[in-house]
Amino acid sequence: MASTTPTQIDTAPPVTRSGGSTGRAGDKIFAGLSKGSGILLLVIMASIAAFLTYRASIALSKNEGNFLTTFDWNASANPPVFGIAVLLFGTVVSSIVAMAIAVPIAVGIALFISHYAPRKLAAPLAYVVDLLAAVPSIIYGIWGALFLVPQLNGLNLWLDEYLGWTYVFEKTQVGVARSLFTVGILLAIMILPIVTSVSREVFLQVPRMNEEAALALGATRWEVIRMSVLPFGRSGVISASMLGLGRALGETMAVATVLSPSFLISGHILNPGGGTFAQNIAAKFDEANEFGRDALIASGLVLFLLTLLVNGAARLIIARRKDFSGANA
Amino acid sequence: MKLQRKNMLRASALGALVVSGALVLTACGSDDNTKTADGSAKPSAAAAGDIKCDDAKGKLLASGSSAQKNAIELWIKNYMAACSGVEVNYKSSSSGEGIVAFNQGTVGFAGSDSALKPEQVEESKKICTGGQGIDLPMVGGPIALGFNVAGVDKLNLDAATVANIFNDKIKKWDDEAIKKLNPGVTLPSTAIQAFHRSDDSGTTENLTKYLKATAGDAWPYEAAKKWAAPGGQSASGSSSVAAQVKQVDGAIGYFELSFASSQNIKTVDLNTGASAPVKASGENASKAIAAAKVAGTGSDLALKLDYTTKAEGAYPLVLVTYEVVCDKGNKAETLPTVKSFLNYAASDAGQKVLLENGYAPIPAEINTKVREVINTLG
Repeated sequence: MASTTPTQIDTAPPVTRSGGSTGRAGDKIFAGLSKGSGILLLVIMASIAAFLTYRASIALSKNEGNFLTTFDWNASANPPVFGIAVLLFGTVVSSIVAMAIAVPIAVGIALFISHYAPRKLAAPLAYVVDLLAAVPSIIYGIWGALFLVPQLNGLNLWLDEYLGWTYVFEKTQVGVARSLFTVGILLAIMILPIVTSVSREVFLQVPRMNEEAALALGATRWEVIRMSVLPFGRSGVISASMLGLGRALGETMAVATVLSPSFLISGHILNPGGGTFAQNIAAKFDEANEFGRDALIASGLVLFLLTLLVNGAARLIIARRKDFSGANA
Repeated sequence: MKLQRKNMLRASALGALVVSGALVLTACGSDDNTKTADGSAKPSAAAAGDIKCDDAKGKLLASGSSAQKNAIELWIKNYMAACSGVEVNYKSSSSGEGIVAFNQGTVGFAGSDSALKPEQVEESKKICTGGQGIDLPMVGGPIALGFNVAGVDKLNLDAATVANIFNDKIKKWDDEAIKKLNPGVTLPSTAIQAFHRSDDSGTTENLTKYLKATAGDAWPYEAAKKWAAPGGQSASGSSSVAAQVKQVDGAIGYFELSFASSQNIKTVDLNTGASAPVKASGENASKAIAAAKVAGTGSDLALKLDYTTKAEGAYPLVLVTYEVVCDKGNKAETLPTVKSFLNYAASDAGQKVLLENGYAPIPAEINTKVREVINTLG
């Protein structure tokens, strides 16, 4: 390597990057490539939607139950009866729990890293948080099932005793904590890195002058954060949360490992039971016959639509708030 | 000097990475499920002499039930050691997947926990030109009821009590019904946590068939792959159910015996009406399968198990898994291999391997018929 480099430099033709001869063709090729990639993306999305819709329509046309309200999943039976009510409920509830826990913590970590932590601590801390995203979800599942679930028994009893009156935290069924609440906690840990790192980037982009102006007016550090950092970062935090929510909605293996699924809707989120779209597909796919797979695909289509809706809503919120943030300044 | 030291550091870091990487890889590789319980060497060398390779050649694909995975992997190991140049590949997925693959013509045979349904037989006629798919019972096994109750080492239950436990009717371990079956045992008042399968499963189907046949009114549900009773908790796959039982005090669950023995989970002795409660074991399961009748017609040997058997030492909560093949119209290129491989599996040597690994051999009378059918495959 060391011996060839000098000779290469010696024999290399003079650099002609500024010469106009290849520029136009390069432009065209690059424009074509990027246009092609854009179109390819649309084609892929459309074909996924078309495939899901086609296979789902086969299943839905033969379903003896009501797809939206049936509390059962018996697609391989004759006649097939299946519905998504329980899955929709479980997916939404576990994601709400995950967001409620993860977003405040993530914003806190992001603020600490960007504004409070000493430089020496901030970089490794940011690195460690990012590392959480590199852990495969099945590892979270195993950790959740073997460590988190037994540990949460105490918390569950505590919540039941002091917050049982809220109905939500009342535990009516004995059993270990393989509940939607536990799934929510696990999902919160899993989406923490993505929400944290995006929020951190946004907080770091707050114009120095805004903060210094606030400080010059005699604001404390907390007031600076409240008056200049948080308003500036709000849309960024929202889009970060939506990215996290997207992961929480679609998480499969970790949920399937931790949850004790059952086809019942219960507002008592500490009881074992419930289910999510992705978990149900993972659990039923192996033994399902061809029709059963079509039915699972139909439920997958609903998850696809749910995710699209959530992302669309996030775009709307961000678009509306863009004018107020400093991002365009 | 400074540079050198940096390089050395880097080199040692690289070395550490390689070592840990190799460790990770070997950890995957040593996942050898085919080891016998006591870790002794497999009887491959001794069995090799009995294997007739005939015209077997090339590659044979098979797929299906995970319940017979360990058995079939042992057979494949012994078979391939004896017949060079032949490759048998069993993809352990699930009974449903195996039959789908069989009916698409992508595998030479399929493994299944339950016999072909009429519509599946109809579908198989497209693949088996001039014939149809048939079931050959090859592997039997007890389904164990594993429990984890602090201070209790031995537990006797009868079918009705089992049904009531899984049915959410009996909620405490010191319930009168359980006490009556276990005189002299101090039962704690721990809450019962019954675990069932959350995925559709042949194991569930066999347990519910047993309960339906023997528990009377206590089990009002139809036998099915999908769990029907309310209450309890669930987990996906036999291994997860076993893991939960192992972990949770007061738990009870059902899985193939091998999962119980590999994790040291205590199992329930069934009170069948025989003079003494029967332990879950390969031998005892074989005795119960001996009471089975062939329900299939022609060369189809689908079994109808007698779950109500009161024979001494017969453990009636059993699972029989089949190999599904075409009676006529098997693919010409794989037929010799299928015949020769199944011949070995059904031979005395092949069946003996089962007993050594927590499975139950098919009783001689039925086994003889299986061998006859294998020889007529076309």
